Amino acid sequence: MEPHLKNSLSKSKTYWFAIPTIGWMIWFLVIPLIIVFIYSFLTKGIYGGIVYRSTLENYSRAFDWLYFGIFFQSVKLALFTAIFCLLIGYPMAYALATASQKLRPVLLTLLVVPFWTNFVVRTYALKVMFADQGPINSLALSLGLIDAPITLSNSYAMVWLGMVTNYLPYMVLPLYVTLEKFDFSLLEAGRDLGASGWNNFWKVLIPLTKHGIVTGSILVFTPALGEFLIPDLLGGAKTMLMGNLITEQFLKMRDWPFGSALSMVLMAVVLASLVVIIRLWMKESEASSSETMRDAA
Amino acid sequence: MKAALLHRSKPSAKWFVKLITTFTFLLLYIPLVCLVAYSFVGTDPVSGASFFTWNWYSEALKDEGLRSGLWISLWVGLWSTLGATILGTTAAIALERASFPGKKLFDAFTLVPLIVPEIVMGLSLLIWFVALGLTLGAFSIILAHITFSFSYVIITVRTRLKDFDPSLEEAARDLGATPAQTFWKVTFPLIWPGILSGALMAFTLSFDDFLITFFTAGVGSDTLPIKLYSMIKYGISPKVNALSTLILLATILMVLFIFNPKKKTGLAAHS
Repeated sequence: MEPHLKNSLSKSKTYWFAIPTIGWMIWFLVIPLIIVFIYSFLTKGIYGGIVYRSTLENYSRAFDWLYFGIFFQSVKLALFTAIFCLLIGYPMAYALATASQKLRPVLLTLLVVPFWTNFVVRTYALKVMFADQGPINSLALSLGLIDAPITLSNSYAMVWLGMVTNYLPYMVLPLYVTLEKFDFSLLEAGRDLGASGWNNFWKVLIPLTKHGIVTGSILVFTPALGEFLIPDLLGGAKTMLMGNLITEQFLKMRDWPFGSALSMVLMAVVLASLVVIIRLWMKESEASSSETMRDAA
Repeated sequence: MKAALLHRSKPSAKWFVKLITTFTFLLLYIPLVCLVAYSFVGTDPVSGASFFTWNWYSEALKDEGLRSGLWISLWVGLWSTLGATILGTTAAIALERASFPGKKLFDAFTLVPLIVPEIVMGLSLLIWFVALGLTLGAFSIILAHITFSFSYVIITVRTRLKDFDPSLEEAARDLGATPAQTFWKVTFPLIWPGILSGALMAFTLSFDDFLITFFTAGVGSDTLPIKLYSMIKYGISPKVNALSTLILLATILMVLFIFNPKKKTGLAAHS
C-alpha cells in the first residue's frame, strides 16, 4: 500500500470495515461446512435424525460400487460438458472478438440473454422442444419421417444436450474477454515468420488465451459436477448423478450423515479438479511458450 | 492510432468458425422461440385443432401460487441484495484500503462462495439453520442468498477501487475533509457504479437461484423458480410456457437496458 493513502482513509479505521463480512463468512460459510464434515462421521437415527456415534460407514458406503458408478458418470458428464463447451465456445468467442464493430454488440447481446435467463426456464424450453407433442416430433410427423411420436425426452442424450447448451455462455464469456484483448497482429507476425495456420493456432493463439480457457473450464466444470436440475428435469428417472443422489439423501431419504459424506467427496473431487485444471494449463503454457520463443529465435 | 492499427489487423473469422457460431446460436435460441410460440397455442378440446390465444397468460397471471412466488422472490431479492451490497462494499474497501493481520486469508476466503458447489452450500446451510432452530422460510432464504452473492459485489467494487486515482482522496484530506467526508464526498461517488452493478448482479442471482433456495426454503415460502420447478415436474403446461415467456421477456428488457454490452459496464466480463 502506498504511503500517501495513510491520510485518505486512515488505515487504523478502515480495517473495521472487514469485520461484518468476516463474521458473516465464519457464521454462514465456515461453520456450516465444518458441520457437514462432522455430520459425515455420525450415524443416522431410526427416524431420520442424527445419532452422535462416530463411524466411517458413510464413507465406505460412498465408495460402494453402486455409488462409485454414479460418481464416475457425473465426472464423465462434467468433463464432456466442459470439453464440448470449449470446442464450440472457442470458435464462438473468436467469431465474436473478430466481428465487425456493428455486429459485435448484437452477437454479445444474443449471448448475454441466455446467460441471464433463468436456468429453470432454459431447461424447461428444451423439455418443451423435445416433448412427445413438441415441435420436433410434430415436424417429423408432418414431413412423414415418423409414423408416431417418438420419445426423445428423459434420455441421457437430452441431459448432455441440456448441459452443453445451458453451460455454454459460462465458457464463451471469459473466452471472449481474453480474445477481445488479444493482439491479433501477433498472428500476422507468426505467419510472416513462416508459421502455418495450425502452428499459429496452437503455438500463439492458444497459449496467449489460456487464461480465458482456464477460467471458462472452471466455470463450466465445477458447477456441472454437482448439477441437479438438468438431470432431474431432462433425464427422468434414468439418470442419477451426484447432485441428484445428494439431494435425494437430504430431502427424501433423510439420511443426512450419508448425504454429508457424499458432499464431502464431491467437494474433494471439485478441489482436486481445480488443482489439476490449473496445473495442467500452467505447465502446458510454459512449455509451449518457451517452444514459441525458441521457434521465433 | 494504436486502436486503429489493432482494429485493422483483426482477421476475419474463417467460414467454419462462423458456421459453428451460427449453428450454436440457433441451438441456444430455437428452444426459447418454441417456448414462446407454444405459449400462444390453444387446442380445441373437440376437434383438436390449434388456435391462437392469450388465455394462458391471463391464467398464469391469475394463479395465486405463482403470484405469491413472485412476491416472495422480489422480497427475498430486495433484502438479500441490500445485505450482500453492504457486506460486499465494506469488505472491498477493507481489502483495497487497509492492512490487517489475516488479510490474505480473508481475501482467499471471499472466493469460497464462488468455488463451493451450490448443492453443498445449500445443504450445509440447511443443516446449520436446523441446528440453530431457525424456521425455514423467507428469512432463511435471504440469509442463504446473501451468503452466495456478496462475493460478486466484492469483485465489482474492488475493480472500481483499483481503477480510481487514490490521490483524489489524498487531495480531499489535504483540503481539510474529515475521513467520513472524504468517504461520502469522494470515494463513495466514484465507486458507486461498481456498487450498483454488484447490487444488480446480486439481485439477479437471487431472483434466478434454484438449488440453494430448494434446500433452504420451508413450507409456504416457495420462490418463483421453485414454483416453476414443481409445476414442470407435474408436466408440461401452457401456463408454464406463458410464465416462462414473461420471465424471458423481462430478462431481454433487463439485458437491453441494464447489462447493455455497448455501455461497457463490464458486467458480462465479471461473471
